[in-house]
Amino acid sequence: MSDEQKEFKESAMVRFLRATEVDTRLLGMIGALLLIWIGFHLYGHFVNDYGAFLTPRNLWNLSVQTSSIAVMATGMVLVIVTRHIDLSVGSLLGFTAMIMGVVQVWILPEVLGLGHPMIWVITVIVGILFGTLIGAFQGFLIAYLDIPAFIVTLGGLLIWRGASYLVARGETIAPVDPTFSLIGGGPYGTIGATGSWILGIVISLAILLMLYNGRKQRLRFGFPTRPMWAELLIGGTGISFVIGAVLVMNAYPWPKGIIRQYAAANNITVPEEGLFISHGFAIPILVAIGVGIAMTFLATRTRFGRYVFAIGGNPEAAELAGINTKKMTMMIFALMGGLTGIAAVIASARLKSATLALGQFDELYVIAAAVIGGTSFAGGIGTIYGAILGALVMQSLQSGMVLIGFDAAIQQMVVGGVLVLAVFLDNLYRKKSV
Amino acid sequence: MENATQSNDPNAGATPLVEMKDISISFGGIHAVDKASCELYPGEVVGLLGHNGAGKSTLIKILSGAYSRDSGTIFVDGEEATITNPRQAKEYGIETIYQTLALADNVDAAANLYLGREILTRWRTLDDAAMEAETRKVMNRLNPNFTRFKDPVKQLSGGQRQSVAIARAIHFNARILIMDEPTAALGPAETEQVGQLIHQLKGDGIGIFLISHDIHDVFDLADRVVVMKNGAVVGSARTEDVTKDEVLGMIILGKCPPGASKGPGALDD
Repeated sequence: MSDEQKEFKESAMVRFLRATEVDTRLLGMIGALLLIWIGFHLYGHFVNDYGAFLTPRNLWNLSVQTSSIAVMATGMVLVIVTRHIDLSVGSLLGFTAMIMGVVQVWILPEVLGLGHPMIWVITVIVGILFGTLIGAFQGFLIAYLDIPAFIVTLGGLLIWRGASYLVARGETIAPVDPTFSLIGGGPYGTIGATGSWILGIVISLAILLMLYNGRKQRLRFGFPTRPMWAELLIGGTGISFVIGAVLVMNAYPWPKGIIRQYAAANNITVPEEGLFISHGFAIPILVAIGVGIAMTFLATRTRFGRYVFAIGGNPEAAELAGINTKKMTMMIFALMGGLTGIAAVIASARLKSATLALGQFDELYVIAAAVIGGTSFAGGIGTIYGAILGALVMQSLQSGMVLIGFDAAIQQMVVGGVLVLAVFLDNLYRKKSV
Repeated sequence: MENATQSNDPNAGATPLVEMKDISISFGGIHAVDKASCELYPGEVVGLLGHNGAGKSTLIKILSGAYSRDSGTIFVDGEEATITNPRQAKEYGIETIYQTLALADNVDAAANLYLGREILTRWRTLDDAAMEAETRKVMNRLNPNFTRFKDPVKQLSGGQRQSVAIARAIHFNARILIMDEPTAALGPAETEQVGQLIHQLKGDGIGIFLISHDIHDVFDLADRVVVMKNGAVVGSARTEDVTKDEVLGMIILGKCPPGASKGPGALDD
């Protein structure tokens, strides 16, 4: 290719990106994700004679495994954007799960009776409140007593893990309430094929509505808008992605044992060729999607979010503009704690118990997810969708390595290496783009 | 002050827009500002002069709410004012353009202009389109060459960043404007623009404090100068009653010329 052609090609690419206003980083991340997925699949295909990665079953599991990290990563974005860090989320998750275990296994059945329908509701509320309170307490130490977040949460990492041991002397608390356990997924903790289609269509309509509204808003004030083809391309890509996800989730059927159990319980005779009952979206993913949407709204559409980014960009300027930065810091850590509470619900429901090791090393995955998703340690920069994609990247690496049979030691080393590499690539990207 | 009793003072008998009386603040045993007093009248431009470390920026940060004073009183319109943080100062119509500009570099001009005072929709969400529209109007008046409304302010030139900071200070009906070294980072053409803006704001009855360590920046713009040295006020003088050299003497030596009224920080004769 001659230089002239190359220049033309580049400018066409640049023009394309400008017209669609697509974040180049987002494209990079999706590219990396596809590379990981296809890489693991092909590795399995050629080395182990079975490509297990790109199967509905693995992708469904991957989505469930990602949920709890993704929920926490959305909060970690705000923490890192304001130039702080939270190293305590893994331990706090374990502690909160223990408390919830005690509440739903030891206390509530005594008070309300075993299997009472309110048990899971009260447990979830207790978990989220508990996480929020501890987060707020850590935030108070950071904001009002001027102890660096690194130290407060490093202390928290040890303290909450120790505390969760004390709660039950290291015992595993099980079994959790059956309704509660649905929040962790499993064959029954899904919304089925029809539910998934309805959800997919609702989300598709929401995408169209958002694009339409955004355009209308810009036209109202006479601002430049994206060309029509770009709007259609973005809408079309988004909707195809949603429909694709529905198809994959629905392609994963219930295992035979569950079908037998279900048929026996509902007096259905299983035909000779077997029944095909789809999983569809699992409940934890719905929780993660809900949290993702709520956090995106909070970060981009509210005063709170605006202040988070302003503080991250220039803490002194934010203070001088009249923002109560101390109160904001405390609220951000409280929010992080609340999200850790939600993640604890998902993680312990998935395990159907509260164990001492729950949430161990999660802080590393959560921080890595946020950083891979483009959150900068320099402060002021980061996106919620990036962190969720980052969580998916981390989890893909992790389960990919499990599928192809890497042992735990190697897995840890790879995860650690990827975290360092991600920050390095982030530095390179920023130096080039600004 | 003696100045107020002089017959040629146009402000004689008027209530000052803002009066700071016996303001003191110390940091770790050092008296950064020591019993400093000064006042500002509507439509008046007061140059606050002194070396680096003379206490002028600290005094003004007390007025803008960035620092809490140890003692002393601030009056706005003759009434005692409570100013302990920037929010309260803004409620009194005191706006500040800081030397550092105090912009959040990672967000765009509209977000900076409305920082802390966002326009909300009826759903209590940010009305970005309305804020951008207002910002476009303000910036068109202030700096017609400004077109980069979508970029983070980090990517703007020094002059453009300055105009964002100025727009933020004057957009919300400021009555008292504090400009800390407003032209330090600007080229000649932009400095000229700031000069014109000051004349225009003065005409609107806004009181302006111009802070500088360089007398040439402010002498022609100011109606009056207040000179500080080592945290104390050397004296104040109407610019028509003194020469630049005399004011330089005040800044460097703390020596009060005959045309100025003496403050507590003045050199004894």
